[in-house]
Amino acid sequence: MQVTLSHLTKKYPGRGKNAPDVYAVNNFDFVIPDGKLIGLLGPSGCGKSTTLNLISGLVKPTEGKIFFGDDDVTELPAENRGVGLVFQNYALYPHLTVLQNILFPLENLKGKNKLSKEAMLEKAHAAAKLVQIDELMERKPSELSGGQQQRVAIARALVKTPRVLLLDEPLSNLDARLRLQTREEIRRIQNETGITTVFVTHDQDEAMSISDLIVVMKDGVVHQIGEPQRVYDDPTNLFVAKFLGTPPICVFDGRISGGKVYIGESCVYEGGKNTEEKDVFVAIRPEGFVPCDDGEFVCNLSRVEVMGRDSSAICSHEKAISNPFRAIISTEDVINKAKGDVNFRIKPSKILVFDKKTEERIRL
Amino acid sequence: MENNNRKAWLYLLPAILFIGAFLVYPLIDVFIYSFEENFNFASGTSTGVGVGNYLHVLRDPYFLQALKNTFILVVITVPLSTVIALAISMGLNSIKALRNMFQTLYFLPYVTNTLAVGLVFMILFDCSEQSVGLVNSFLSLFGVQMVDFIDGPYAAKMFTLCLYTIWVVLPFKVLILTSALASVKKDYYNAAKVDGTSKWRTFRKITLPMISPMIFYLVVTGFIGAFKAYSDAVALFGTELNAAEMNTLVGYIYDKLYGAGGGFPSYASAAAIILFVIILTITCINLLVSKKHVHY
Repeated sequence: MQVTLSHLTKKYPGRGKNAPDVYAVNNFDFVIPDGKLIGLLGPSGCGKSTTLNLISGLVKPTEGKIFFGDDDVTELPAENRGVGLVFQNYALYPHLTVLQNILFPLENLKGKNKLSKEAMLEKAHAAAKLVQIDELMERKPSELSGGQQQRVAIARALVKTPRVLLLDEPLSNLDARLRLQTREEIRRIQNETGITTVFVTHDQDEAMSISDLIVVMKDGVVHQIGEPQRVYDDPTNLFVAKFLGTPPICVFDGRISGGKVYIGESCVYEGGKNTEEKDVFVAIRPEGFVPCDDGEFVCNLSRVEVMGRDSSAICSHEKAISNPFRAIISTEDVINKAKGDVNFRIKPSKILVFDKKTEERIRL
Repeated sequence: MENNNRKAWLYLLPAILFIGAFLVYPLIDVFIYSFEENFNFASGTSTGVGVGNYLHVLRDPYFLQALKNTFILVVITVPLSTVIALAISMGLNSIKALRNMFQTLYFLPYVTNTLAVGLVFMILFDCSEQSVGLVNSFLSLFGVQMVDFIDGPYAAKMFTLCLYTIWVVLPFKVLILTSALASVKKDYYNAAKVDGTSKWRTFRKITLPMISPMIFYLVVTGFIGAFKAYSDAVALFGTELNAAEMNTLVGYIYDKLYGAGGGFPSYASAAAIILFVIILTITCINLLVSKKHVHY
């Protein structure tokens, strides 16, 4: 089911006298393609959960429309939209067994959609099998681990074959190892069912790793939509560049002039077609630093952290916006720690330049 | 270890002494009294040990009247007051405007003196040559024959007593249930809504089980409270409850001790033990039923 958000806006009245309205979601206008897994990503308070609730129908929009396929569902109450929703804390009914929890949405069906007892059980078992909890059917939620509860919640959302599956921070209550495992589970389940899935998270790793598309938002505004790798490589503004990637992108005060990019006196990029002359933010991905004896860019080196797979050079530079910053370097490159500073060559594809005022991307 | 033990007992001593002197000892004493026949308070002597007191009490028409009254009171007021309280709490929970005002209003009876309330009820419901209460004046507007709810037919008096009891116990139940309802997480309702659950089914399958421990608590304490009813009847019908056919079990026990026909601690003790056995049985039944329907 393709989901279309058209000029979708949700505002709340401001607190106190003459306080301006608060836009939780401001003029969202994008299409969620059929059968894809998309991640809504942003810092907390950016309106991603509100967006999810708008799609589910639990919150009514102030303006704009929502379409499921060609159906306008804007005025349709939550109970008639046919969405499956997985809550952050799962909201499993504690007094019901796993089986009863999964059966619950089916038992609500009325009229011609009503199912026989056998059909319901069959569906419930199929959903349980899909999320691999078919051995826990007689347990109560309190007797399950967090990961198992999560699976039950997904099974409950899937059992009525929803038109859209919505997941609200589904992994935030799990420990790190389980989180990795469960996000792959979610990807697998989505692939198997082919249900259009929207998934909210503040963890960019999570969103990048399993989404077909990510929507990066901040303060109720969509900043960029695209495939994770493209958004990472080609962010439209400084916020998106900073929000994606761990360790975070390193930002410097710099200047562009005659198609070259300077940080201080060092030229870190040349051969650009942009001939503007102005002060800019120069952002370099941590993996863009290559230690090289004749490198232009010289940084103070405080220490090197060995991670096994690669190393992090903890560096500082007088032009950096925040010091120290991390450069990720291959273990094959040897750094002379005794020297106190290190010369880098910068990979041209890893340099991004942003306007000082608008923080918009400047193409080189 | 030894030393620790002694210390523990030392700390427990005040409570043990207190409970022993004012709870355990009287309990045992009542039990003994109830089997001592023709016990004389003044001389402290009895003519023998047996079940004579119980036989006397069980054959006493006043006791049987009190037993009947108490049972009717329990059977009517406990379920009704719980259901009404639940309805009011659901209402309170779903409104936003004036919620605090209504909460205060519903809580007022709780802080009002029982006897004062009884007086008001008397004035509302009575119908004698001197005065006609508001309720009767209202009834007569519709051409209904006036009934003296305070000093009239048995059913009318029982009606007043039940109404009064429900009115008095309601605030506490509303208070407990309102907070129980408020503590049900909104996510459960949202989950149910997204799954297309009807209002009634949400109430029956989610709300009720979630607040069932509190309902159970109210039912158990409600039963015990109703079996112990006495002051309510006094507030409405005065102290001559036997004459008014409105006596309760606790009233009977009191009368046997201190009332006009009193001075029989053995009979009072036997009646008290019977009441204890009844309450114990009912509470056990409650506990058994709750195993299936209460979800903690």
